[in-house]
Amino acid sequence: MSKAAATRIAHNSAAAFDVARVRADFPILTQEVFGHPLVYLDTAASAQKPRQVIEAMSHAYETCYANVHRGVHRMSQLTTDAFESGRESVARFLNAGSADEIVFTRNATEAFNLLANCFASANLGHGDEVVISTLEHHANIVPWQMVRDRLGIVLRIVPIDDDGNFLLDEYEALLGPRTKLVAVTHVSNALGTVVPLKQVIERAHARNIPVLVDGCQAVPHIKVDVQALDADFYVFTGHKLYGPTGIGVFYGKSELLNDLPPYQGGGEMIASVTFEKTTFKDPPHRFEAGTPPIVEVIGLSAAIDYVQALGQDAIAAHENGLRSYAETRLAQVPGLNIIGTAREKASIVSFTMDSAHPHDIGTIVDRSGVALRTGHHCAQPLMQRLGVTATARASFGIYNTRDEVDVLAQALESVHEIFG
Amino acid sequence: MLDDLRELYQEVILDHGRNPRNHRKPPEANRHAHGHNPMCGDSVVVHATVDDAGVIRDVAFEGKGCAISVASASLMTEVLKGKTQAEAKALFGQFHDMCTKEGAQAGDPDNEELERLQVLAGVREFPMRVKCATLAWHTLSAAMAGTDDATTE
Repeated sequence: MSKAAATRIAHNSAAAFDVARVRADFPILTQEVFGHPLVYLDTAASAQKPRQVIEAMSHAYETCYANVHRGVHRMSQLTTDAFESGRESVARFLNAGSADEIVFTRNATEAFNLLANCFASANLGHGDEVVISTLEHHANIVPWQMVRDRLGIVLRIVPIDDDGNFLLDEYEALLGPRTKLVAVTHVSNALGTVVPLKQVIERAHARNIPVLVDGCQAVPHIKVDVQALDADFYVFTGHKLYGPTGIGVFYGKSELLNDLPPYQGGGEMIASVTFEKTTFKDPPHRFEAGTPPIVEVIGLSAAIDYVQALGQDAIAAHENGLRSYAETRLAQVPGLNIIGTAREKASIVSFTMDSAHPHDIGTIVDRSGVALRTGHHCAQPLMQRLGVTATARASFGIYNTRDEVDVLAQALESVHEIFG
Repeated sequence: MLDDLRELYQEVILDHGRNPRNHRKPPEANRHAHGHNPMCGDSVVVHATVDDAGVIRDVAFEGKGCAISVASASLMTEVLKGKTQAEAKALFGQFHDMCTKEGAQAGDPDNEELERLQVLAGVREFPMRVKCATLAWHTLSAAMAGTDDATTE
């Protein structure tokens, strides 16, 4: 056996997780890029899809498809059952109290816009405050700025330290009599920081302030229990969880959803319509105007089944192992600086190099088949806080291996070779 | 693997990327524009001094970015001095074609400026990077047109 092969086996057996079997489920991983095997380290932007998800969706289109909640015909009933069982599957995944607390949206961004609009109409006025953090993705900043410009609310920003830690005491100091909502990320998409959500929520609830959580980067890596966290609203997207694009999830506690007005108007969300008056359905349907992403819900449900079969604790252990290996390995690359060294991190490693701009890094490693995200990660205020315009980011998923970390490190050494 | 990349990152580009020429703000400049690339967040400010006859007497830039965008801005400032605005516009058109069009001819020995910009032709093989190479030029166009902002979108 070659030394490389022995190392590979040692690496793989080090994790209590059969990564080779996982990889066999992802057809795209057999693709080559510039003559090299694809090394996909951009899962935080969008995850690849296992055969189980792809097949569940084609199976639906081929055997069980019609519009949902309409018509008495058999196909519509079967499709409605599959769609609604997807809602139940998401509810179990988050440990929501009921499937009625799960609203399907087009993506996470739509969920943020939904909440920003509906919550603002019901609860916000001039001078009211919404607390967000420096770590937020633009999707949890811009909708609130639009509400600010419309209603004159005030945005308060929770600071971070230089390592990217969310500062709890400074956060608490921002909570005041006009604070109407806290809207924070669970895991930073740019740095991987895990926010101490339990304490964030406890401190807000001590003042009767509800909390919205951006869980897009959390659910693929961490087991989330919305009841244990006592989150009031929790948002995630399907495509980062190995599911399809076009499907977002917006969880809200029943008593809070009941108090929110509708978001968009149309079919599906009404109880009855006359030209004089329309009455709306109860949640979740009140927030789901028009034909929903039917097959996407079926695909998301298959993705959840897939992730749960692997075991979320095993996934977390596998990915944490990769991240710490990557941090060690990348630290050996000359002139490389890891950006974001918070106490608790998910499987994201952001970095810059002294010799090369992130875009140049991305172009160079691409020629070795390595897919990295480079840029501001839709988190420009965070980049400004860190004093960089951009970083390169490696993000790890269930299918990544230590060998791939080595390929990345070698490719980064060639960046150093070119730029010196 | 390195051959393709060496074609993109030629010594001239690395040199201009590390030590950009005309990286300054001339006090007498009378045309300015701010350009940014929404994809990476890089931004550049171009300053030009145009005389009454429409001749670009001086052109300079400020800002940081990737090697391609900085080298392109630096080379642009070198080739445009003494050109009329019309000539600058025509040169941008030729440069843009060189960066994007497969069949665009490598050289035109009679066009000394385009010859100098030839070192950037490698971006043609890297379509995601064309915006980096053209950012400074888009920004210069905005400055000439009297608009303050340009983006690569």
